[in-house]
Amino acid sequence: MQLALTILMDGLIYASWLFVVALGLTLVFGVLKILNIAHGSLYAIGAYVAASMVTLFASWGLGGHFALIAMLLAAIGVALVMGPLMERYLLRLFYGRDEVVLLLVTYALFLILEDAVKLIWGVNPYYVSEPYQLFGNVAFASLFYVGYDFALIGLAVVCGIAVWFALNRTRSGKVVLAVIFSREMSASMGVNVDKVHMIAFTLGIFLAALGGAFTAPMISVQPGISVSVIIVSFAVIIIGGLGSIEGAAIGAVIVGLARAAAVHLMPEAELFSIYLVMAAVLIFRPEGLFQRAAARKI
Amino acid sequence: MSRTVLVLVAAGLMAALLLIGLALPRWLLFLVTLAASHGIVSVGILVIMRGGLVSFGQGLVFAIGGYAAALSFTQLGITDVIVLILIGTAAAALVGAAVGPLLARYTGIFFGMLTLALSMVAYGVLIKSPAVGGSDGFNIPRGTLFGVRLEGAGGDYALYALAILVTGIAATAVALHTRSARGLMTRAIHGNGLRVEYLGTSVQSVMAINFTIAAALGGLGGALTIVALGHIEPTFAFWTQSGEFVFVAILAGSHSVTAVFIASLALELVRSFSNLYFPNTWQMALGLFLLAIILFLPAGIGSLWAGRRKASPSSGGETP
Amino acid sequence: MSSPPVPSIGLRRLAGRMLAAAAALTIGLAASSAQAQETFRVGIVTFLSGPAAESFGVPARHGAEFLIEQLNRGAAPAPYNQVGFGGMRIEPIIVDENGGATKQVQELRNLYQRENVDAVVGYISSGDCLAVAPVAEELKKFLILFDCGTPRIFEDASYRYVFRTSAHATQDNVALARYMRARNINAGTFSMINQDYAWGQDSRSDFVAAMQQLYPQATANADLLPKFGAGQYGTEISALARANSNVIYSSLWGGDLQAFILQGAPRGVFQRSQLVLSAADHVLQPLGERMPNGTIIGARGAYGLMSADTPLNRWFFDGYSQARGGVYPVQAAYRVTQALLGLKAAVEKAMAANGGKKPTPEQLADALRGLEWDSPGGLIQMKLGNGHQAIQTMAIGRTRWDAARRQVVIEDIQRFAAECVNPPANMRSQDWIKAGFPGAKCDTPGN
Repeated sequence: MQLALTILMDGLIYASWLFVVALGLTLVFGVLKILNIAHGSLYAIGAYVAASMVTLFASWGLGGHFALIAMLLAAIGVALVMGPLMERYLLRLFYGRDEVVLLLVTYALFLILEDAVKLIWGVNPYYVSEPYQLFGNVAFASLFYVGYDFALIGLAVVCGIAVWFALNRTRSGKVVLAVIFSREMSASMGVNVDKVHMIAFTLGIFLAALGGAFTAPMISVQPGISVSVIIVSFAVIIIGGLGSIEGAAIGAVIVGLARAAAVHLMPEAELFSIYLVMAAVLIFRPEGLFQRAAARKI
Repeated sequence: MSRTVLVLVAAGLMAALLLIGLALPRWLLFLVTLAASHGIVSVGILVIMRGGLVSFGQGLVFAIGGYAAALSFTQLGITDVIVLILIGTAAAALVGAAVGPLLARYTGIFFGMLTLALSMVAYGVLIKSPAVGGSDGFNIPRGTLFGVRLEGAGGDYALYALAILVTGIAATAVALHTRSARGLMTRAIHGNGLRVEYLGTSVQSVMAINFTIAAALGGLGGALTIVALGHIEPTFAFWTQSGEFVFVAILAGSHSVTAVFIASLALELVRSFSNLYFPNTWQMALGLFLLAIILFLPAGIGSLWAGRRKASPSSGGETP
Repeated sequence: MSSPPVPSIGLRRLAGRMLAAAAALTIGLAASSAQAQETFRVGIVTFLSGPAAESFGVPARHGAEFLIEQLNRGAAPAPYNQVGFGGMRIEPIIVDENGGATKQVQELRNLYQRENVDAVVGYISSGDCLAVAPVAEELKKFLILFDCGTPRIFEDASYRYVFRTSAHATQDNVALARYMRARNINAGTFSMINQDYAWGQDSRSDFVAAMQQLYPQATANADLLPKFGAGQYGTEISALARANSNVIYSSLWGGDLQAFILQGAPRGVFQRSQLVLSAADHVLQPLGERMPNGTIIGARGAYGLMSADTPLNRWFFDGYSQARGGVYPVQAAYRVTQALLGLKAAVEKAMAANGGKKPTPEQLADALRGLEWDSPGGLIQMKLGNGHQAIQTMAIGRTRWDAARRQVVIEDIQRFAAECVNPPANMRSQDWIKAGFPGAKCDTPGN
């Protein structure tokens, strides 16, 4: 029982981190039909900028909880700069091309950003571990957890609800949904599709950077952190069904729990637990758990 | 181009490359050998891609071909490189034939992701197999050709010639296949699979056969690579390796099989020189090169010479 | 085999040498001025990008650059005070190791055949070392592997042109277990966390085997194998906390190790269990006071804070620290330095034998085989693998945050003689550990 609780808690903590990143990925795919490999690079940039911002804030005497604001501002800043830049001046050149071509464009972008990050921040590690202690420790199922981990679960829930609410309950959200279902139809109804694309892409980038920014306190920020995020967040949205928010949430929880169960019960299987789950889901649900019915074009 | 002309052109091209090889420095011979053995895997992707699907897991069959050939060498003592290449091709084709029907019902990105998942599971299993060297892999000594050990400058040339001939023949066969009735059916499926079904052809069986062909080519490439490289490791099945094969296929475009080899060679050359001259930013150089190609040659490198002729495709069935 | 080098290069070199000789004759200078015209091109392959760049690749690059700059000015202390390699200027060509073994094989060929380097010193990843060794052998070119850990290279094959100038990974774990035994660390139960690839798997099995010899009663609890680059260790830390063992052993390194420590420390696991790390010296400077006190660590040799106080080491440690703005050298910088010093010793030995000409790969190989030389990390002896594999002194110590000096210091350092923690020449590492370390000479303390 205690073990089950531990697995549940560990799985949820991992899932919360994963969900924030995967949510951005699935949103960008839903609206722009781009599976963005550079998402991982923006995660890394988020972490780097957060590290720099927290240090900057601390030098102004704004420590403690201000660090959280610094991290949030870092994610917003990354999104506002990189989102429009990448969407308008790069991706837009390739719209209408095959999905795979767009995927490769983002791969090229990933390679470029990987070295750009190194040029800006060098290879030395950055630390912002202070915020990790902000919420103290919490005893749960006779184990110590860090309060920050629970805060991350809260952050994931807030992000999920906010995005869901914005899409389904606001007017501009419904415009975005309309673009998701049919770009041509929305355009002919007078929707400014270009603007929707840019907003959705920027929001996706924001979530990637947010994931990176709030992970920064738990890791040493250095080259190479982008790669591991990409595949695992791909797995999450594939399991959940591409472009689906509920899917990203369920996918993250499934991946988190599968990984936690593997670590506690069968550590030697941790390496491919995620891929096994992904293959298994696809074998039974070829388009993921939350597949959207698509019109058959005859 | 009629079939006879195609075969003649291919034969001429191969003969020319064999002659040119005599004048190339050894490092370039080796680079071309690897480019050809990687290029043939991308040709396999092209076969699937003509049907509108992209496999992100060709690393799987690449690794199967490689490991089958490598283990036949180290465990069974088979040293003849032609036999090794046949073993690698056959092993990958068998796996392709087994998995193909299962994969054939997947569409779009899900096909890509399932193939990716399968190759990553294989990667994980290989890393956990100390018997085949785990993540470090293992080495394969230089093989023999007609009883002669391939070493030194002569060996490098022999491998180059072998790579040119084997991949050249395989690529010609693919080019002939795409012009056959079944091959053209693949294009029709890309246009609209449902219509093809209504015409009485099984889309799934066409795609399954395409997948098997691609798997065989992947295995061929894997076996050829380990014979030249002398080493194999689980990264053969890693997603970045699969991604590179897709990249070459996209760079080349679907117009020409020859373009695949040129794209593969260009990728190797750019990587090699940027790695030397910009050791700190070679990934950036590579990324910019790729972006430039995609931007300025939207239909791929092949469109430079094969493009306009097929600019108005018969598969105009994109409209809903 | 016909000799492959492009003839024009050989002719140009010959012509150059004849010209120089003529000049030396007319001006009446010694042959050394002729050599001063010549350069010795060394390919240096190390991680400049990717996860291993920060912890190993770039420090190795800095170490190589510092040393080569000093050698070219003739500023190194005796016996390394001759300019460059035997009077020849050293010209480094630095290549990124990131990108996998296939790429490394190609780049190695390019270095030898396109860039005409005289020798290559490189490779941190064991997979890369394994893949490139037969290539150098096939091309009959000189190669020094400077860092990678797997014992397989010279235990599974033998080479003429390939050398490894640092000890393989066996000594890391044998020394760690011996240190714990000597200090009577309570290790009745132990848990392990290692990356799921060759380095982690091999370190784990070496440690388990060594523990079975030195702590036969100990039982292993959690045995975790997170994937390389996992980044998030919350679940693993829960499993370690649940196991609550006396000792937690890990061979994690670089960013993974730092993340593991950052996430584990607040959850108290390192207070309840003694943390034992096989290769952690490189994280002490970046982690600073975040490094748990009292951690037992190895550095893959007597390196950095655990190095012996010799004039050569003082010169290297201080010079490097000065050049790098106060960052002292860690394992990778030491390892590339001992490789380049070994190469220098071999070049100069070969030149003494061949009348001062630039040595051929064969002459270099003959000179380096079985050679011994001093390095900042102690005496390097090419004693294993028919004189191709080095053994060296090993050190283990405990960390403590020194608030006054604002850095982590290492205390309670114990050095182990090379032959105490390395197998004898005729035995495979794993067999040696499992047989109870036969022939180990531990009575003489390492210097």
